[in-house]
Amino acid sequence: MGQDIFEIVVNGLKLIVIFLLMVQAVPILVWVERRGSAFIQNRLGPNRVGPLGLLQLLADAVKFLTKEDMLPNQAVRFLFYAAPVTALIPGVIAYCAIPLGTPISIEAFEMFGRSWGPYVFPMQGFDIGVGIVFVLGVSSLAAYTILMAGWGSGNKFSLMGALRASAQMISYELALGLSIVGIIMLYGTFNLTEMINAQQGALTYSAFGHQLAIPALPNWGLFYQPLGFILFFAATFAEANRLPFDLAEGEAELVAGFHTEYGGFKMLMFFIGEYAHMMIACGLVVTFFFGGYLVPYMTPEQVQSWVATWASSPNAVSAWTSVIHLLSYFVKFAFFMWFFIWVRWTLPRFRYDQLMDLGWKTMLPWALANTILTALVVYFAHTIK
Amino acid sequence: MPLGGVIFLAVFIALFGALLIVLARAAGGGLKTGTGVKFDPYECGIPGQEKRDTKISVKFYLTAILFILFDIEIIFMYPWAITFRDFIFSGQGLVVGIAMLVFLLIFIFGLFWEIKSKALEWD
Repeated sequence: MGQDIFEIVVNGLKLIVIFLLMVQAVPILVWVERRGSAFIQNRLGPNRVGPLGLLQLLADAVKFLTKEDMLPNQAVRFLFYAAPVTALIPGVIAYCAIPLGTPISIEAFEMFGRSWGPYVFPMQGFDIGVGIVFVLGVSSLAAYTILMAGWGSGNKFSLMGALRASAQMISYELALGLSIVGIIMLYGTFNLTEMINAQQGALTYSAFGHQLAIPALPNWGLFYQPLGFILFFAATFAEANRLPFDLAEGEAELVAGFHTEYGGFKMLMFFIGEYAHMMIACGLVVTFFFGGYLVPYMTPEQVQSWVATWASSPNAVSAWTSVIHLLSYFVKFAFFMWFFIWVRWTLPRFRYDQLMDLGWKTMLPWALANTILTALVVYFAHTIK
Repeated sequence: MPLGGVIFLAVFIALFGALLIVLARAAGGGLKTGTGVKFDPYECGIPGQEKRDTKISVKFYLTAILFILFDIEIIFMYPWAITFRDFIFSGQGLVVGIAMLVFLLIFIFGLFWEIKSKALEWD
């Protein structure tokens, strides 16, 4: 985590802050979801508690806390209690590997009678070289927590829901994994930061020994891999168990799926886990296809030189540059979070066989076609002059 | 060293979650009332009959096995994808490309055979 005690403490605090931010974002997202759904359905939604109903979630949290805590008869005690706690872990750890802004560099300074060397703190939980593989691998561990909950509840509805959810998640994992082979091929790296840096500037196609620059558009992955984007984004809906793919919770058939027996705070933790998966999905979509934290049309150096015209110290320049990129990231991120909610209240639920058919017989072949097409284009664009 | 961070975060979240559950248990005051029926597994209005080990469609197992096969094949493509451009620049792109094309043809044949043999039909 670092070389000396200062670096270790800052990195540890950074992890905790990102985690608490994710937990804090959930009430806001739930509010957005309820108000958004209300406006889409021409209702008002929660508007009594506090201004615009913003304090509704605080009231809900208190209610969750005071709920009676019960263990059903046939439940496996350890699994029943462990599942909601572990449901948080994969989502948060995977999200921490996504870069949120340019690194903050701090110059050497004196404190407690000794000098502390210059530091560079990346704006992400941990900088992992094989970012994509790590994020995909860790986030797919969520299937285990769902199975734990389903088996531990000792209820057939839970078990059926858990099996459906895990079968669905692993089926869409294939399309998800295959749809980004094209983008890996184009950028030639697994590292998310390097991938973002490759998307700087204006859109420039270089092929057949020529360069075609389109200055009106930023150099985003979307314009290289449109099909990959659609497949990846659709597959993330299934990974996050969201409508139209929330067969795991199909309440008409399965009551509530794997969390039928859960209530109160344990239920809330599954909620946080689900929202964490949406956040990973949005973070990855932004990173792969929408330039990550980059400000459109501006490279980080240009932002930095603009900040340097008004910020005083080098530390402040670095920090403000990072904050501007963070804001740029969150604007893109918020749009895709809203997109998730928008889709939820627009499209109806699939039937289970249709869901599996879509994953295996439609998205997997299209992702394969995308891979082959990208490979051919990359090959001929670089060899034919 | 990212591994230290991963372990630290995992332990922190586990402790945080466990603390919240203990807190909720303390604030909720544990169980208030309870007759035997209350603790039965949820059922829609009728007495519950089946136990947890209810019968499960074999399709789930088949899906899981097929997933492992295909996922390994997809992971095999990642190292290839990452080095493909470098091979093109060093003039070996054709060999590497054709090698992957052969692999992909086997993959496609496998998928096609799987669809043909109705391994993916849900009823």
